Parts: sequence; structure tokens; C-alpha cells
Amino acid sequence: MDLSYGKEYEDFRAEVREFVAGNWPPKGAEAELPKEEGRRRFRARATEQGYLNRAIPKPYGGSEQAPDEIKANIIREEFRRVHAPGDVTGIGTMMLVPTLLEKGEEWQKEKFVPPTIRGEIGWCQGYSEPGSGSDLASLKTRGELVGDEWVINGQKIWTTTAQQADYMFCLCRTEPEAPKHAGISYLLIPMKQPGVEVRPLRQMTGGADFNEVFLTDAKTPKDWIVGKRGEGWLVSRATLKHERNSIGAAATSTAILAGLVHLAKTTQRAGKPCIEDPEIRQRLVTIEGYVRSHEYSGYRQLTLNSRGESPGILQLMNKLMSTNIGSEAAKLALDVLGEDGLLDAQGSEEMVLLPSGNRSWIAQYMYSLGIAVAGGTANIQRNVIGERGLGLPRDVYADRSPAK
Amino acid sequence: MNFELSEEQHLLQQTVRQFLENECPATHLRAVFEGETGFDPALWKGMVEMGLAGLHLPESFGGAGLEMIDLALVSETLGWGAAPGPFLGHALAGLAILLAGSDEQKQRWLPRLAGGDAIATVAFDETGGLWQPEEWALKPGRALSGTKLNVPFASLADVFVVGLAGGELALVEKSASGIEIRSLEGVDRGRRIDRVVFDGTPAEALPKAAEASARVRDAGLVLLAADAFGAGSRLLDMCVKYAKTREQFGVTIGHFQALKHQLANMALEIEPARALYWYAAHAFDHIPKQAPRSAALAKAHLTERAMQIARDSVEAHGGIGFTWECDVQLWFKRAMFDRAFLGTPSIHRERAAKLAGW
Repeated sequence: MDLSYGKEYEDFRAEVREFVAGNWPPKGAEAELPKEEGRRRFRARATEQGYLNRAIPKPYGGSEQAPDEIKANIIREEFRRVHAPGDVTGIGTMMLVPTLLEKGEEWQKEKFVPPTIRGEIGWCQGYSEPGSGSDLASLKTRGELVGDEWVINGQKIWTTTAQQADYMFCLCRTEPEAPKHAGISYLLIPMKQPGVEVRPLRQMTGGADFNEVFLTDAKTPKDWIVGKRGEGWLVSRATLKHERNSIGAAATSTAILAGLVHLAKTTQRAGKPCIEDPEIRQRLVTIEGYVRSHEYSGYRQLTLNSRGESPGILQLMNKLMSTNIGSEAAKLALDVLGEDGLLDAQGSEEMVLLPSGNRSWIAQYMYSLGIAVAGGTANIQRNVIGERGLGLPRDVYADRSPAK
Repeated sequence: MNFELSEEQHLLQQTVRQFLENECPATHLRAVFEGETGFDPALWKGMVEMGLAGLHLPESFGGAGLEMIDLALVSETLGWGAAPGPFLGHALAGLAILLAGSDEQKQRWLPRLAGGDAIATVAFDETGGLWQPEEWALKPGRALSGTKLNVPFASLADVFVVGLAGGELALVEKSASGIEIRSLEGVDRGRRIDRVVFDGTPAEALPKAAEASARVRDAGLVLLAADAFGAGSRLLDMCVKYAKTREQFGVTIGHFQALKHQLANMALEIEPARALYWYAAHAFDHIPKQAPRSAALAKAHLTERAMQIARDSVEAHGGIGFTWECDVQLWFKRAMFDRAFLGTPSIHRERAAKLAGW
């Protein structure tokens, strides 16, 4: 075992650090540019150096680097250290781009990948429907080919960034007579058109991070389909896999622990910092046991991935580990907050005399439940661990027939 | 970055595992459990021949010169097999002599321990759960008087490493006068424990004990964490196998989500924690600053998790799980030992909090 990166990688780190120091924050005349333009130029240079968009082929604006988990990690660490812009985040780069690269037509890659990775166009995901959550393949939104266009009718829900998005990648039922999973196609739909109505969905925290999207005779060109008709389910599997990996990063868990320790040190109870309370200490260390297990399991996954070996059951556990840690941390934070747990995180600054960090814990107390559901509920994750990880028999799905 | 076992380390675990499968199947394990001493000389001899008695001792003393991670990997495998015998006390006593002994003491004892010509153990606990070096109260001196509890296989040992006030350590030979050993009916019948009463017993100080005693305790915490991981993962295996074979309502019970989710939760509790004990073992030799706290965290977390898995395992097996006949009880008791020996999880959580400066 060796937890250092070794000479070759330390040299690489020095090279990345030098590049970042020379280019971020913007220097000279560039320092006067609008913030977004400064970020755009930095990203372009970093891509040219091979530091960003590493998995994207050069013809589509990427730097096409050989996969190297350790280098990717060093880049993330060094960029984050000075708050330099990293790869454009969001559902477009995270889910649509990998899908297009794997399953898309040449013209689709050329048209959509470059502006998406530059952050010039934004996407939202049209998967879940009011009646189709965990049983996603029962979805009912219809796509009918009329002449040269798909005409789409139905409703999508939990659509993050739908208001800002330029396009939606959407699962639609285009083959109503086919069996459930085989009747779905993966369509790309422009959002800025009369047939698309976005309504914010207010969640229990009081904020609105999600939307409902109503599709009423929405239209998209015939060839804006990824994969063939009826192959949408298979096409979408690639993207869900990507989402599971990214939500499960251990970095979030270690950050939550650090925040929690800070909260317990700075919050007073009966004239003493909460961190001196024996029960709080016990619970903090209990949470830390899970956090370090997650963190060090991350080292192991990194090692195995970098050798092209499978981390096995561990990689199925990332999301649930994060979810459980977030949930336990939020519960402990609320106990530390004491009577401030009566207050609303959305309250106005002058009425709520909470330090702003504390307000975020009240939101986190509720958000941690949202995270447990997003991208496959905790119970679905348990099915995956049980079936794919432990080899237990699959659930008996009652319904494999066409959706009504 | 390399946080994975080497070929040699994989091979070490496979070899020990194969040995236990051949020499100590559940039927044999039960015979040892129900026997008079809880000790199987042939099994111990086999372990000595594989080099396990001196794995962590320098080659110059007849050991294998390996690191804490290797010793912990063996401990995991012994937990996996619920292997009976004096490995834990023997390994810790050897480490204590190595770290705290004079050249003459090392020369006298270590080759014998590594070669299996003598068995050693540690006498740490005192009435009131005083396991930690900073808590020991037995008065140092040329002659010892007082009581040590929960000494593994005292009746079997040729030599004791005894913890004394101020974190001092002393060697006491079995042949010395004034030693009374009485069996405590320990729950883990593969790792018997005794009460040892000293009455003017001649003892020989280990001269460099001041820092060594805490290191020996930390090593013990890592080994117990590893053992608990082995026991917990074995219990999970047993439950998964059972879920794939036991039928109710016309299907194997693994089809039912209630059980499937319980087993998934058990896997989620134990599998990631493997990395926690690896890290603590790695830190023991390579990241000295983090070693004490990592050891405390690993012991607290893993022994707590393994114990809960043992409880869940009884439940997952239904009625048969509650019987003496079902093998779950053997590992359940293994987990009880790992949890309580050297202090319960809550004690080490509090230590970890203190060590973080909280």
C-alpha cells in the first residue's frame, strides 16, 4: 500500500499547479473581462492542455486523454484549491454527453456536444412522470411521428433546471403496442416552444428546485432521436449509471463531517460548546466511522479503477453510503441547533437570528431526504446491492406488459 | 496511489483461509468449543508452521518481518474462520517484547515465540474495565501483587506481558511463584479467558515500556477490528447462502424484499469498513501521527458493526438461527469478544474524540 501518488504523478501535479497559477484568476487585460468570459477562456486553455473535458474526443471539443482516474483526481484537487473553473457541471455534461458519445449519430455529436461542454447550452432530463417513479418504464408520455416531426404529449416531473434549459432529453412512448420496455424512444426536444410549459414544483423546504413540465403537442424533428425507435430504455441505462457514480462521491461526506464538527464547536449549550457534550461526541465519532469508511473505500475504488479492475460490490454502495451519512449528519446537526430547530430555513434574515451556516443545516435536514430519493430511491439502491452485489434472486415484477 | 493488497498479501489470506477450511471446518470448530481447554495443539502447530506466530517479528528473531497490515489480514481471516487459539495475545505479547524489551529479553523470548516453542499472552484488564495503559493500577516492582482479568489463554501461556501503573510493562514467567489462574467462563469458547492473581510474583520490567504500551494497545485495536470484519463478512455470507436455499411460500426467501433489503443493509455496514481497518493498519507503520486515532476509530466502528450484523444474522435465519446447532452462534460470540476486549466501542469513540482535540 502506498497512499502517495508517486513521482510521475507528483510531477504531473506540479505541472497542473503551475498552469493554474499562471492562468487563474484571469491576469492583465483579461481580469477586466466579464466573469463568464474569463471562465470561458480559462476552460478553453485548460482543455487545450488536456486538463478538462478529458473523456471527450477532440472533434467534439474535448481533450481526448487516455483514461487516468488518478490524473483526473489531481486536476480536480488542484483546480478546487484555487477555485478555478472545472468541467462544466450539470445534467447535460453528466448524462447527455456520455449518452450521445456512446449511442448518438455523428451529426448529433457534432451539433450538441461542443456547446454543451462549453456551457453554452443547457439541458434538462425528462424521465420521471407522476405515475412512473421507480417503475420508470411504465411511462406514458406519447411521441407520435407526424410527417417529419415527433409530436409529444404528456407530463414530466422532478425536472431540475427546466426553466433555464434549452433542450430536454426525454423518454417517450413511441411504440404503444410493444412490450413495456421496448416501446420507449429517447428524444431530444427544444424547450423554448409553445407546446412546452414549465411550472415550478414547490418542495417541503419551501424552495423550488424542481419543475413539472407539461408537453402539449410539443414538436421536435424526426431525426432528433438517439438510438432507434423502441431502443430508448437501453439508451437511457448508460446515463443512469453515470448519475449513480457522480452522486456517490465521498468528497461530499467528508465535507459534511467537517461542517458538522465546526457547528458543534461553535454552538453553545448551557454555556459550553456542544462538542463537549458526551452524547454529541459519541454520535460525531459514529458518523466519522462511516465517513472514513466511505473515504478510504474511495481510495480503493480509485486504485482498482485506475488498473481497469472492478471494485465489485463497493461501487454499488456509493450512493447509499452518501445518503445515510447525509441523513445521520443532518439529524445530529438539528440536535446541536437545539431550539433553533424551530426556525424556518427560508425565514428572512432579520427575523431569524441564526448564523447563515446554521440555516443551511435546517434546509439540509429536509434536503437529505430528497437526496435519498433522487436518482433511484434508497430502497431501489438496496435492491441493486442485493441483486447485483449479493446475487440474490431478482424481484418478481408483476407488470411487463405495454403501458396503458 | 495504491490502496489495494499486493499479490503476496492476497496469497497470505488465501493460504490461511484454505488451511482453516481444511483443518478447522465447523464440525471441528464445535469440538474445540465444547472441549476442556478451547485449544487445539495441532491447529496452533499448523499456524506456527505457516509463520503466523512471528509474522510481525524481525527475521533476525526468526519472524517474517512483515507489517501490521499483514498481521491484520491474518487476523481478518482468523475471524472469518472463528479460528480458536492464542493468536491475539501471542501476537501482542511478542510486539510488546519487541518494542519495549532489552536486547537480552528480545533474544531470550522472540525466537521462541516466533518458532512456537513458547506461547505468550497479555494481562491488561483490571477490575472496572481498566484496559488502557493510562488506567492500569497494578504497582510495578520486582514482585507483583494484584489481579488481572480477561487474560486470553493464561492457563496455556508460558509467559505474560503484564500492564502496570504508569503504562509500564513487565514479564512474568508461568513457572514463577505466587500465580493463581482461574478460568472465567468466557463467551467465545475459541478464545478462553482467565483471571490471574499475582501474590508477590517475581517480575522483570520491560525497560522501554513508556511509549510501547500504547502502541501495543493500538495494535490490539487494529487486530480486533480486522477480526470483527472477518467475522461480520462471514456471517453475511452465511445469511446470503441461507437466503438462496431456504424456501417459503414456494420460493427461496431471498426473493422477498424485506430480507433482501436487510441483507443489503448488512453488506453496506460491513463491506466499506474493510477500508477502515486497512487504513488503521497501514497508518500503524506509515502514518504515525494518525495511528492511535485510526486504531480507536476502526475498533469502535468495526466491532460495533460486526455485532449488529451478528444480531441481524440470527434474525435472518429465523428460528434455526436461535439454536445451538446453527453456526451463527459461533461467530456471534466471536463478535462479542471483539467488541468487549480492550474496551467497548463507546470507550474508543470517546478516545477518538479526545485525540481529535474535540
